[in-house]
Amino acid sequence: MADKRMTEDEAIATLADGMTIGIGGWGSRRKPMSLVRALLRSSLTDLTIVSYGGPDVGLLCAAGKVRRLVYGFVSLDSIALEPHFRLARQNGTIPEVVEYDEGMLQWGLYAAALRLPFLPTRAGLGSDVVTNSPFLRTVTSPYADGEELLAVPALTLDASFVHLNRSDARGNAQFLGPDLYFDDLFLNATAPGRRFLSVEQIVPTDELLRNGTFHTMKINRSMVDGVIEAPNGAHFTNCQPDYERDESFQKEYAEAAKDPATWQTFVDTYLSGSEADYQKAVAAR
Amino acid sequence: MSDITLGEICVTAVAETFRGDGEIFASGMGTIPMLGARLARATFEPDLLVSDGEAFFVANDLPVGGTDKEIEGWIPFRTVFDTLWGGRRHVVMGASQIDAYGNQNIANIGPWEKPKSQLLGVRGAPGNTINHTTSYFIGNQTSRVFVDRVDTVSGIGYDRAAQLGDWVRTHHEIRRVVTNLAVFDFDTPDHRMRVASVHPGVDLSEVTAACSFELVVPDEVPTTRLPTDAELAVLREILDPRSLRDRELPA
Repeated sequence: MADKRMTEDEAIATLADGMTIGIGGWGSRRKPMSLVRALLRSSLTDLTIVSYGGPDVGLLCAAGKVRRLVYGFVSLDSIALEPHFRLARQNGTIPEVVEYDEGMLQWGLYAAALRLPFLPTRAGLGSDVVTNSPFLRTVTSPYADGEELLAVPALTLDASFVHLNRSDARGNAQFLGPDLYFDDLFLNATAPGRRFLSVEQIVPTDELLRNGTFHTMKINRSMVDGVIEAPNGAHFTNCQPDYERDESFQKEYAEAAKDPATWQTFVDTYLSGSEADYQKAVAAR
Repeated sequence: MSDITLGEICVTAVAETFRGDGEIFASGMGTIPMLGARLARATFEPDLLVSDGEAFFVANDLPVGGTDKEIEGWIPFRTVFDTLWGGRRHVVMGASQIDAYGNQNIANIGPWEKPKSQLLGVRGAPGNTINHTTSYFIGNQTSRVFVDRVDTVSGIGYDRAAQLGDWVRTHHEIRRVVTNLAVFDFDTPDHRMRVASVHPGVDLSEVTAACSFELVVPDEVPTTRLPTDAELAVLREILDPRSLRDRELPA
């Protein structure tokens, strides 16, 4: 029986420059932030990032790691606009930008998960999504209706990061909050090898059902290659019911982004050491 | 009841956009749209489903920000997408820009390649507008918001929908635009935006001045209705006791 436990840095060590990485969660909710922080510590570059974006996207943009960004939105939820993402867009520092409708992003991941080249939809047609991503193609229904639909291409990932509440050491995982978001699709859109799951706590398999009903067990071990125990690993995004978003820290993050000097101080204070150093600095606030 | 505020008039006007919708998801982005959906459900449109803004349908008349929920259903984002692609939803979104045919922009200001101001991205606006009824609430109508041409079409308007075939033409509906000045609809032969009513105390010239395109103006422009005493009571005492409705509007 495979024990898939590893550290964030061991997971990141399997990646290479130029890879396509999908990041689960939604906005500033249940983001695999300890894995994102490990990615920030690495020398990896030229990455394609696929995300319902929050501070994951902001931090990776600020660190200059993103060559191509695929997103439906980028927001901090309680702070509507992500400051680093805005700066990167306004300064033109992301070489390639793919802005999708939220449902199109789901469809691209789902197509990859089902190993289909595309899935059809109406979402996006007529909007500037198709103008701004001229690689997009339409497909004509082969049936009597003959309708022209948008063919969302599969968003196949080289690696994926998700953060859940509990799992066992083999990667059977459980979400205890109100929404799985699209975490299962991020994992399934990734070829076996680099599907990384961080959790608040690793527990014995038979403990999973003591925490919640079987409906919470949407991730099974065939979908996961590496399990990282990361208590408070989604900080400063939320991880309900374990913790809410750290709103005061998020405010500090957003304020610091306004000026290069204050941002450097933020990086020095929180992001220049290990994950343990980060958690210590957060606790010392 | 007296001293009716602009916020209360706007909430009531948003609520009116849901009249006749029946048993669908009434979804509001932002305080006034959310209050509008809840007010409609609490008064004249009782079959609507309203959410807590997170992942649950709530059966009770929940105050904005309230946590004492009577949950009647689970609506995580994936189910929201299923519901909206299935057409069982009417959303009231915001708009950073809107044009005469109801094309809406929430993505960015300036050229998309290198925006002057990056906003949210298109979010769900393309899928919402092509799949089900959409209305907009704009708390600060100016000629820079009501524009000739939006910088990035996020939600699609009538001119774009008309080019997309029969299915889209049949299902696309931008029902109304509610602003701090007036209510607009698209009930014109070519679906150009029309002044449906002007809020009490607002002159029509203020409405046309705060708009870069030519509005269709009927011979008789009605005044936006005031909330009834019963609606005001629900709004003030139950749905929004902290008066958050007035904070979304210019002072």
